Amino acid sequence: MWKTLRQIQRIGIATEPPPSPDDALRVREELQAGIREVMGRALCIRHIDAGSCNGCELEIHALHNPIYNLEGLGIRFVASPRHADLLLVTGPVSAHMEVALRRVYDATPDPKLVVALGDCGCTGGVFGESYACRGRVSNIIPVDVAVPGCPPAPNSILTAILTAITASKRAP
Amino acid sequence: MPLRRWLNEATPLPGAPRARALTVDADAWREAARAVAAAGGRSITLWAAGGGRTLRAAFATGPGVLVLSLPLAAGAETYPGIEDLFPCANRLQRAVADLSGPRSTDTDTRPWLRHAAWPADYHPLVAQGGPAAADGTAVEVYPFVRVEGEGVHEIPVGPVHAGVIEPGHFRFSVVGEKILRLEERLGYAHKGIERRFQSMALLDGHRLAARVSGDSAVAYSWAYCQALEGMAGTEVPPRAVWLRALGLELERMANHLGDLGALGNDAGFAFGLAQFSRLKEQLLRATEHALGQRYLFDFVVPGGVGVDPAPEALRALGACAEDIQREVVRLREIYDEHAGVRDRFNGAGTVLPELAARLGLTGLAGRASGQAFDLRCDLPCEPYTELRPRMVVRGEGDVAARVAVRFDEFVESCRLLGEILAHLPDGPVRVSVETPAEGAFGIGLVEGWRGPVFVALEAGAAGAIGRCHPHDPSWQNWPVLEHAAIGNIVPDFPLINKSFNLAYSGHDL
Ligand code: SF4
Repeated sequence: MWKTLRQIQRIGIATEPPPSPDDALRVREELQAGIREVMGRALCIRHIDAGSCNGCELEIHALHNPIYNLEGLGIRFVASPRHADLLLVTGPVSAHMEVALRRVYDATPDPKLVVALGDCGCTGGVFGESYACRGRVSNIIPVDVAVPGCPPAPNSILTAILTAITASKRAP
Repeated sequence: MPLRRWLNEATPLPGAPRARALTVDADAWREAARAVAAAGGRSITLWAAGGGRTLRAAFATGPGVLVLSLPLAAGAETYPGIEDLFPCANRLQRAVADLSGPRSTDTDTRPWLRHAAWPADYHPLVAQGGPAAADGTAVEVYPFVRVEGEGVHEIPVGPVHAGVIEPGHFRFSVVGEKILRLEERLGYAHKGIERRFQSMALLDGHRLAARVSGDSAVAYSWAYCQALEGMAGTEVPPRAVWLRALGLELERMANHLGDLGALGNDAGFAFGLAQFSRLKEQLLRATEHALGQRYLFDFVVPGGVGVDPAPEALRALGACAEDIQREVVRLREIYDEHAGVRDRFNGAGTVLPELAARLGLTGLAGRASGQAFDLRCDLPCEPYTELRPRMVVRGEGDVAARVAVRFDEFVESCRLLGEILAHLPDGPVRVSVETPAEGAFGIGLVEGWRGPVFVALEAGAAGAIGRCHPHDPSWQNWPVLEHAAIGNIVPDFPLINKSFNLAYSGHDL
């Protein structure tokens, strides 16, 4: 216990201060304001891997580290689509995940915001379309924002989430 | 006939060190496999090539790798199954039937990689076009094995899980909290990777190889390039070879850091996740600074590596790794002394060495269950021949052992990283690669962080890929996870599952 406390004390707060006005933190400030305006106090995200290579998942995990500190921004990943405001979809959509993806979308309450992640989510990426692969996410469900990258860096994922929230504000 | 004789009859195969190939008939197929099993060899993978008319199987044995080829006689639709000798062949053989057509003589004929998205008589690796009718709404009814008895009920989980994980389905049969049986249904992430390879150029396939399982990008792209360069007769410059090892060890370190944090978290110790994920982020940033990418998807390229890092960035990377290592040693003490963590780790998801040997448990999880096999030590390619890694082996086979192997391997990878940085040769980092002639065949075999990653590559006409079969060690280890779960309680499954951390995408292809 003593060692644990000492380690916590020694490392301190790892969450980064803004390196420059237009970098990571600016994204976060906007993001927080956006969430407050649209969602009240918190944004709930449901992640669905529709057939990714698992690279995009690694960068989603990074959002939870103390440096990006996603939860500190009021953004939470939830275990059920029924609790979600936003779906974060990775991968090209494999044929075997098509039904599951549609069901998750149907189970999500309005407004269903959808962010498609990575080159695969945007275009089908290196996997394309085939007997087993339906390609981009928007081939199966409506997508609000698509963020390229293979995999996209954590800050790009944050930017995408923000953009989705802003776009939804414009909708009637 | 003993293994030595089979190996003597075989001819050298380009690519991985000490690889040999032998064409056999149906009887010799089983005899040779039996000789491998008798000599304590391990099955690497089994696949179909030549338009689905040639079965191939690769084995790792003490003296080297043996690849058997069995051309099917005209009209023959089955080949002798080897599930009794190597249990992991069960799913591999079912996948061959799904994708290429030929069936084994073994009794389990359920589909494996095919669900309901295309008809059973459509074999994607053999057919010319797409399936006649692609049905996006069809749902498969898969015959799970049912457990009968008073109070037994089933819990189906997935394919969409509660956390940020890949898709797969688990069917638990439980009494109260206790798991009587676990059956996996995988294939949800199947996106036609092997067929996709067949539409790519040989000199381009490394990009797809790196994306078979993103967490093992270096291992796959290296294995692919090892096969290709062997076929083309390319001499990869020494600096590139050493930089590949640098990338491979960085990949191992990053994954181990991620897992060590997640395992602490799954044991109810969120402190661990915060600490290790911070260290992982530091490592990824130093990696990006030196090699241009956080995850090295496009680092290993045919003929070498894609970037020549600046000396200053390499020094920073070395210093970063030393810092992280100091922290990891501190955190290990905290994990070891934390009663709650110890209690959850010890004795959970145990696979004893005897069972591990019988089922062919491999890689990191294998080494935690007494299976002393690491390609970097047993069949090393350059520069591991010079680096001489120390193998980490434990015998307890529980979550605690898989955690301990990660800790020890992390420290060993830090040592290797230091060695690599200290002795990195000068010179070019890339040479051009000739396109191999049609019909050329080679294999690549690299010890990724999870275990042995294998790629078989065959050249088609005009620089195209004829056939490429990538294989993930998860194929071997998924069935063992079903055993590891038995007798544990359902709430411990996420921890046990994480301690194996197997690939879905790498398996589903
Ligand atoms: S975008 Fe890249 S990292 Fe993400 S799933 Fe596709 S191949 Fe993997």
